Amino acid sequence: MKTTLKILRYTRPHSLYFLLAIVCAVISVSLTLYIPVLVGDAIDFMLGKGQVDFRKITDITVKIAISIALIALFQWLMAHCTNVISARTVRDMRSDIFRKLNSVPLSYIDTHPHGDLISRITNDVEAVGDGLTQVITQLFAGIVTIVGTLIFMLSINVKIALVVVVLTPLSILVAAIIGKMCAKSFREQQELQGEISSYVEEIVGNQKTVKAFAFESRSAEEFGRKNKKLFKVGLRAQFAGALANPCTRFVNNMVYAATGIIGAVTVLNAFMGVLTIGQLSCFLTYANQYTKPFNEITGVLTQIQTALAAGGRIFEVLESSNEPSDADKKRLENVKGNIEFRNVRFSYTPDKPLIEDFSLSVRSGQQVAIVGPTGCGKTTLINLIMRFYEVQSGEILIDGVNTRGIRRKDLRRLFGMVLQESWLMHGTIMENLRYGSPDASDEDVIAAAKLAYAHSFIRKMPHGYDTVITEGGTNLSAGQKQLLCIARAMVLDPPMLILDEATSSIDTLTEIRVQKAFRKLMQGRTSFIVAHRLSTIRESDIILVMNKGNIVEQGSHEELLSKKGFYYELYNSQFSSSDG
Amino acid sequence: MFKLRRFLRDYKLQLIVGPLCKLFEAILELFVPLVMAAVIDNGILGNDLGYILGMGGVLVLLGVVGLSSALVCQYMASYTSQGAGTKMRDALFEHIGTLSHRELDELGTPSLITRMTSDINAVQANIAMTMRLLLRAPFLIIGALVMACFIDLKISLIFFGASAVIGVILYLVMSRSLPFYKKVQSLVDRISLLSRENLEGNRVIRAFSKQSAQQEALDREGESLAKTSIRVGRLSALLNPATYVVTYSAIALILYFGGKQVNGGSLLSGDVVALTSYMMQILLAMIVFANLVVLLSRGSASAVRINEVFEVKPSVTELSSTPVIPDKNAPKIEFSDVNFTYGDGDNELENISFTIEKNTFTGIIGTTGSGKSTLLNLILRYYDATSGRVTIDGRDVRDYPFSQLRGNAGVVPQRSVLFSGTIRSNMMWQKPDATDEEIWRALGIAQAKGFVSELPRGLDSPVAQGGTNFSGGQRQRLCIARALVGQPELIILDDSFSALDFATEKALRTELLKMKDTTIIIVTQRCSTIMSADKILVLEDGRLEGVGTHGELFENCSAYREICLSQLKSSEVQK
Repeated sequence: MKTTLKILRYTRPHSLYFLLAIVCAVISVSLTLYIPVLVGDAIDFMLGKGQVDFRKITDITVKIAISIALIALFQWLMAHCTNVISARTVRDMRSDIFRKLNSVPLSYIDTHPHGDLISRITNDVEAVGDGLTQVITQLFAGIVTIVGTLIFMLSINVKIALVVVVLTPLSILVAAIIGKMCAKSFREQQELQGEISSYVEEIVGNQKTVKAFAFESRSAEEFGRKNKKLFKVGLRAQFAGALANPCTRFVNNMVYAATGIIGAVTVLNAFMGVLTIGQLSCFLTYANQYTKPFNEITGVLTQIQTALAAGGRIFEVLESSNEPSDADKKRLENVKGNIEFRNVRFSYTPDKPLIEDFSLSVRSGQQVAIVGPTGCGKTTLINLIMRFYEVQSGEILIDGVNTRGIRRKDLRRLFGMVLQESWLMHGTIMENLRYGSPDASDEDVIAAAKLAYAHSFIRKMPHGYDTVITEGGTNLSAGQKQLLCIARAMVLDPPMLILDEATSSIDTLTEIRVQKAFRKLMQGRTSFIVAHRLSTIRESDIILVMNKGNIVEQGSHEELLSKKGFYYELYNSQFSSSDG
Repeated sequence: MFKLRRFLRDYKLQLIVGPLCKLFEAILELFVPLVMAAVIDNGILGNDLGYILGMGGVLVLLGVVGLSSALVCQYMASYTSQGAGTKMRDALFEHIGTLSHRELDELGTPSLITRMTSDINAVQANIAMTMRLLLRAPFLIIGALVMACFIDLKISLIFFGASAVIGVILYLVMSRSLPFYKKVQSLVDRISLLSRENLEGNRVIRAFSKQSAQQEALDREGESLAKTSIRVGRLSALLNPATYVVTYSAIALILYFGGKQVNGGSLLSGDVVALTSYMMQILLAMIVFANLVVLLSRGSASAVRINEVFEVKPSVTELSSTPVIPDKNAPKIEFSDVNFTYGDGDNELENISFTIEKNTFTGIIGTTGSGKSTLLNLILRYYDATSGRVTIDGRDVRDYPFSQLRGNAGVVPQRSVLFSGTIRSNMMWQKPDATDEEIWRALGIAQAKGFVSELPRGLDSPVAQGGTNFSGGQRQRLCIARALVGQPELIILDDSFSALDFATEKALRTELLKMKDTTIIIVTQRCSTIMSADKILVLEDGRLEGVGTHGELFENCSAYREICLSQLKSSEVQK
C-alpha cells in the first residue's frame, strides 16, 4: 500500500491528466454500454414487413452516431492522458534514480551488484510505467464496464442477468486451473532455459579456448543433449499455456449459448418476465462484453503485482541516504601539495579493523610509493584521500586544510587518478582522452597519448583516434585500456597524481617509461603510486610498506633494503628465484 | 524471416493441419450468429420451444467441436515452434563453432548469446502465433463478409466498405508508429548503457567530478524517450477509437438500411441481429490481426539478427580434411615474410621470418601491444596471415585439417578459463580418452598435483563455471595441466605464469623442460622466465627486433636489454 502511495505521489505533477483520464474512462465506458441498448431498441422497432418505425430508427441512428463520436473522442483523450502520465513518471523516476546513484556514498555502489541496479533503472521503472497505464486503461475501465454492464443487464431482465453473472466466473475458474497446471512446466522450462543460457555463455564466451582444443563438435553434442531436453519440456509448457485461450473461449461460448437459449425461452414464455427480441440481441452483446474485462483484469492483476514489486525496488534505492551536502564548504586554491595524515582510523566493517592510528606527512613534490601484500589497505588509503570513503577518526590535511572542509568536487579535481580497473566510456578514443578536460586541443591529446605510449597502437586501430570503443572495450587489450586511462590523466594535467595499481596490465618496460613520463609531467607535484611490482618503484622518494593496515616500514629503496626487514623479504620474494 | 524457413521443413504436416483446424474452429464460430438468428426467426417468431432447445444443443455441439479442433491446432503449433526452435539453436550453436576469431570478435560474445537465446525464443513464439492466428483472423474477416453477402447482398456492401476503411486505418497507424517503436527501443538501450557506464566508472566519474555531465546525458535521453513515447502513444491511441467509429457507423447504417429491408419484407429482424454480430466479429478480428502484425514485425527483427549470424562465413576455413604427412626433417615452425593486419589499420606484424626447430624451447618477449599474441594466433590459424607463409613440420598451416593442426598442440591461453564439470572432464579436453595416469602426470608437471590430491574428491572434484571455485594461481596451473595431458608435440603458453609466484614458476618450468619430444613456446613479459631458452624472439611494435639466446641478445639487442634491466638486478642479468 505504501508503495502504491509513493508511486502515486510521482504522478502528482500530472494529477490534472489523471483526473481527466478517469473522467474520460467513465464517460466512454458508459456510452459504450449504452450503444447495445440503442441497437436493441432499433431492432425492436423493426418487427417485420411493413412494421418498421422509421422515425424512431432514424432517431436512434442519430443517437448512436453522437454516442460513437463522443466515445471515440473520450477514448482517445483517455489513452493520451494515460500515456503522458506514464511516460513522464517514468522519465522522472529514471532521472531521480540516476541522480541518487551519483550522490550516495561510494560504498553503496561497491556493495550492490551493478546488473541489479541497472535493471532497476530500466526494467523496473518500465514495469511501473506499464502498471500505471494498465491500472487506468484496463483495471479502471474494466471495473466500470463490469459494473455498468451489470446495471444495464439487471435493468433489462433480472433473471437472465443472473444467468450471465453466475456463469461468467467459470471462465476465470478454468483459467486459474490451467494456470496452476502450467506453473510447474513453466518453472521446469525456465530452469532448463537458464541451464542452456549458461552453457551458451560458457562455450560461446570462451570460443577461442574451445577452438584451441578442437572441442567444437564435442560441445555441440553436449548442447544438442540439453537442447533436446528443453524441447520436451518446452513442448509441454507451451501446450499447457496454450490451453487457456481455447478453454476460456469455450466457456464464454457456452455462456453465450445459455444466454441465447434461456433468453429465447423467456421471450417465448412471458411468465419468466418480459423480454423483446431487441433486448435479447442486446443481452447477447453484453454477455460477450461482460466476460471480456474479467479475462483482462486477471491478466492486469499480475501486471500490477509486478509493478508494485518493481516500485518497491525503486524506492529502496531512492530512499537510501546521500553523502552529506558540502555546498557550503571551502574551495582550495593554489594548492602546493603537502599532504598529511593525522591519526587516521578506518575500517569497512566494524568487526574487522583495518587502518588504525595512521600518520604520515608528505611534502610537496614527493613521490610516494605504497607497497605491501594483497589486502593490506593500500587502495583504502587512496579511497580516503579522495574521500570515496570517510575516515572514522583522525584527519587528512592538504596544505594544512582538513579535507572534510573542502568540497568533494574541488578536492577530487586536485588529483589525476588512474585505477587498476580501466574504465572507459562508450565513445571514441578522442572523447575518452578528453573526458576530464573537454577543452584540450587535438595536439595536447595526441602529445599526452605519445607520452603514455598509447599513440602507436591507437594509430593501428581501424579509425585511429576516432575509433569507437565498443561496450566493455572488447576491441582493446587490458594493457591498451590501461594506457588510455593513463593518457586521460595526462591530458588532465592535475596538481597531484594517484596511480592505484595503474600499470598492472602493462609490461615492466612500458611501466617504467610511463612513470618517467609522469615524473617529467609532475615535476614538483605530489604523487602516490600503489604498486605490486617492486622493480618499478625503486626510485620513489618515500616507500611506504604496509601490512595489515599499518605502515610497518618507510624510507627510500636503499634504506629499506639495508634494514633487512619486511620490505627486504618482499623484494627478494619477487626476485631471488630468477635463475639463469 | 523467410530465410529461416528451412528449419520448418520437417513440419509440413503440422504446418498444414494446425492452421486448418484453426480454420475449422473459425468456421464453426461463424455459424453461431446464424444459429442465433434462426433461434429468433424460427424459434421465437415461430413459437417453437423444441426448435429453440434443439438449436441450443447445436450451439453446445459447435462449442465442443470448436474446442477440440482448437486444441489440435495448439498442439501442432507448440510442436512445430518448439521443434523448429530446437533445430535452430542446434544449427546456430554449430555454426558459431565454425567461425574464426575475426568473426567472433566482430559479432561479440554478448550479442551472440542474446541471438542464441532470446532472439530464437522470439522467433519460436512467432511461429506458434502465426500458426494460431495468422489464418484465423483474416478468415474470420472474410467469412463474416461472405456470411453477410448470403444474408443480404446490398447490406454486405456496408461490410466491405467498413472492412476496407478499418484496414486502411490499421495500416496507416501501424506503419507510422513502427519506426517510433524502434526508436524507443534504441533509447532504452542507450539509457541502460549510460547506467552501466555510470556505475562501473563511478570512481572515475567522481574523481573527474563529471556527475552533472552524466546526469545531463541521461536526462537528455530520458526526455527524448518520454517525448517519443508520448508521440507514438498519441498515434496508436487513434487505433481503437477510429476502428470503433467505423464499426459502429457501419452498424448504424446496417440498422438504417436493414430497417428498410425489414419493412419491405425482404429481411427478418433476426437477420439484422446476425449482421450486427458479424460486424463486431470483423472488428475484433481486425484488432487481433493488427496486434499480430506488430508482434510479427518485432519477431522478424529477431529473425534478421539470427540470420545475420548464419550468413557470416568463417574467414579461416578448412581447405582439406585429409591429414597431411609431416616432413620429419623440416623445422617445427617456420614463418617466412609474414605480414598481418586485423583491419584497415597499420600492420600489426611486419615482415616476420624465423624458424623454431623441433623439440626446442623458444621464448617470445616484447612490450604490451608489440604483437606477441598476434603471432601466436597465426601458428594455429586462428587468423590467416595477410601475406607470407606459416608452416608446421614443413607443411603450410592452411593445408592441415583443423583437428590435426590444433589437436596436436597444447595451448594455455592468457585468461585462465576452466569449464563447469569436474577436474577430470576439464583435463580430457586435450585428449578425450586420457587415462587417470596421464592426467596425474600432467598435473604433476603443472605443480597442481599437490592441491588436487588434497581435494576430497580428487579428479572428480566439481569445477564451477569459469573455474571460480579455485584461486587464480590454482586455475592457471590447471589450465597448464589441461594442455599437457597426452603430451602434445607442440606446447604454447601465452603469458601463462602471471598468477604464479617465482618458486612455483621455476619448479613448473623445470618439469616442463624435462618433457621429451615436445616443442615449447612461451610468451611472457618476464625475462627471468625465458633466460634459459634455446632461442628468444624479441618483438617491438610488430617487428622482430632480435633473435638469439639471452647472452647474445643482451649484448646486441637494445630493446631486449632494456626489458631485462627494467626487471632484474644487473648481477642477475649476467648469469
